[in-house]
Amino acid sequence: MDFTITSEVVDKVAKLKLTGELDSLSARVFQKEIEKVALESPTELVLDLENLSFMSSAGLRVLIFSKQKMGVGLTIYIVKPQEIIVDTLEKTGLQHSVNIVDQYPV
Amino acid sequence: MADIRIDYYPTHEHEGIKFRRGHTLPFGATMVPNGVNFSVYSSAAISCTLVLFERGEAQPYAEIPFPDEFRIGDVYCMTVFDLDFERLEYGYRMDGPFKPEEGHRFDKNVILSDPYAKVLGGRDTWRAQPNWDDVYPYRSRLAFEDFDWENDHPLETPIEDLSIYEMHVRGFTSHPSSETKNAGTFAGIRSKIPYLKSLGINCIELMPIYEFDEWENSRTNPKTGELLVNYWGYSTVNFFSPKAGYAATGKFGMQVDELKTLIKELHKNGIEVFLDVVFNHTAEGDHRGHTISFRGIDNKTYYMLTPEGYYFNFSGTGNTLNCNHPVVRNMVLDCLRYWASDYHIDGFRFDLAAILGRAQDGSPLSNPPLLESLAYDPILAKCKLIAEAWDAGGLYQVGSFPAYGRWAEWNGKYRDTVRRFLKGDTGLVGEMAQRLQGSPDLYPSRGPTASINFVACHDGFTLHDMFAYNEKHNEANGEDNNDGANDNNSWNSGWEGETDDQAINFLRHKQIKNALTILMVSQGIPMILMGDEMGHTQLGNNNTYCQDVEWNWLNWSLVNKNADLFHYAQQILRFRRAHPVLRSPTHFRHYDYVGSGLPDISFHGTLAWRPDWSAESRTLAFMLCGSHAKGGTIRDETIYVALNMYWEPLHFELPTLEPGLKWHVFANTDMANSEDIHQIGEEPLLENQAGFFVGGRSVIILVAK
Repeated sequence: MDFTITSEVVDKVAKLKLTGELDSLSARVFQKEIEKVALESPTELVLDLENLSFMSSAGLRVLIFSKQKMGVGLTIYIVKPQEIIVDTLEKTGLQHSVNIVDQYPV
Repeated sequence: MADIRIDYYPTHEHEGIKFRRGHTLPFGATMVPNGVNFSVYSSAAISCTLVLFERGEAQPYAEIPFPDEFRIGDVYCMTVFDLDFERLEYGYRMDGPFKPEEGHRFDKNVILSDPYAKVLGGRDTWRAQPNWDDVYPYRSRLAFEDFDWENDHPLETPIEDLSIYEMHVRGFTSHPSSETKNAGTFAGIRSKIPYLKSLGINCIELMPIYEFDEWENSRTNPKTGELLVNYWGYSTVNFFSPKAGYAATGKFGMQVDELKTLIKELHKNGIEVFLDVVFNHTAEGDHRGHTISFRGIDNKTYYMLTPEGYYFNFSGTGNTLNCNHPVVRNMVLDCLRYWASDYHIDGFRFDLAAILGRAQDGSPLSNPPLLESLAYDPILAKCKLIAEAWDAGGLYQVGSFPAYGRWAEWNGKYRDTVRRFLKGDTGLVGEMAQRLQGSPDLYPSRGPTASINFVACHDGFTLHDMFAYNEKHNEANGEDNNDGANDNNSWNSGWEGETDDQAINFLRHKQIKNALTILMVSQGIPMILMGDEMGHTQLGNNNTYCQDVEWNWLNWSLVNKNADLFHYAQQILRFRRAHPVLRSPTHFRHYDYVGSGLPDISFHGTLAWRPDWSAESRTLAFMLCGSHAKGGTIRDETIYVALNMYWEPLHFELPTLEPGLKWHVFANTDMANSEDIHQIGEEPLLENQAGFFVGGRSVIILVAK
């Protein structure tokens, strides 16, 4: 499935909605979007993954990149990720760096 | 972008790919702003080509010959721009002479793995059928260094305070009874950390996790039709890459993160991580083997060769890494530094380490530069270094391994002595006294911390099988029972193999408890084999290197089936940790140097203060004075241990305690479940303070309080 991404930044909260499959090619699109919202120095990054069916290692790298780009003060929320994505986050230890939630605001 | 330095702009172009002269160091592929720096060494190649693949593609998308001016000395270096870090796979072609008699085996038709690759693709999922026609089967990839370690660093636990658990990544959680989501992986081990803590060990030693190929020498057992694979992994394909097939995320290329996550989590729980490292040979085999990397890059540098150009075989596996060649020595150093700094590894156990002390012609060196370099390396300064101090070429260095005040050893003599003593051999009491003290006869100046004590390890019988089999039963390996050691020093307790005979099974459990007890009350560092705490059996197979099958995996239902063993193991491990008198960093002095009225250690027999050293003796008792714990720096309780390996009960007269103290019973392996061992602090008072009837083939521990 094709990858699409939308984003908005309101009151220092950056909301991104990811749909489809995030492979190593589409990870570049994701990264560009992160770079774009980073210009507005958000304090919260909310990723709606409800309709994301796959996340490659490159996609996970972009999560790490987000922290690097926007500083450790950034709180990352991952909203409604599918089981397979939660599983990968857990196995690689990345679940400690993000908040997995059912809805935002929490 | 403003943060790109001007010297990273390309100066050359080849088939649309931009590059420039690279940096000679570090070796390997290093991410630099906007590109990747490649650096590779070969002393005898006449030219080198960088080969680039898109991940998983059958053919390379580019091949860039290194221009002559990019070679500095014997190092080819190039920085290539605009590469996709995620999707890149790279290798080298080396052109040069094929003259085996001169040591050279170049073949420019072969695409070679980078000896310094940090991730290797090609065997991403355990036992997934490989593409046998791949032009480049083991593909070098890049590793990211963005892992968040938070505040983690190696634990630096004093070595004498460790209890080591030797384990196999796959075997630990592959069995269905493990009920692990990510069976047989690093993530699987992570889910079992609560178990490891409840057992009471504080260090795990992982059997090889460097990338190896489980398909190497794979074959079908003609009798059973089962596939036999390289299960243990003592055959390295690449020294810097973790085994992808051991990671649940290996198919995503995330094995580095998964392993680091495991190590971070273990450290949080106070558990150190040792790696069993195999620097004595590689997976390329002898002159008939595959060319994967080293052979094609610089055969003469990386391998010990005979004058005719064949491979010395001190490892028993076809070739021998040329460890004391200065370039290879540096690779080993670079590798261990990388694992210590990037993976926070706490210690290394070196497989067949005697080879690391051999010169390039194979002769043993009195002052081997590699071992000295490792001992004095600033980055490895706090790492534990442990040698398997022998090799397959007949060099046996237990007690004489060049240690430089740093190296500990797998004490093979401890194993052999304790096994023989346990099965009732005579003439061993004197030697047992040495083993219990941390083998001062072997390590007079190095101290007890030089001695890694073990009774069973991956190589040989499990502890259960040591008391259930007289002979090895390796038929399942398909080698007509000719493989594996014959000197097992085992005794089947009266029946060969499994039995319903309650008396025999009681004796076997008792002997396992005896072995665990001796191990935990010995000075030095105890190591137990995964599963021995629950009576794991390999059905008498003492060489399960090729058995990736259910019976060889740890069967977790044994925790319940052999609940008495598991409980005993937990308590005896706790006992060791609770009593510093068992964990001395220095040898005993055999006199009272703190004024307690007792020497630090004293030996006894059936008569107090009179050990029976005679040739027919099978008994030994000893008392450790609590006031002398850790050289008299800590106060502990005084402990008395009696070992009776005679088959009848014997009365042991007890040493008299100072007024106010009485003997309490912590353990008595002759007792049935729940009476065999007690909670620390709740040891029952011994009724008769003057003596103790110790059962036949039994061990007791008393504490004075």
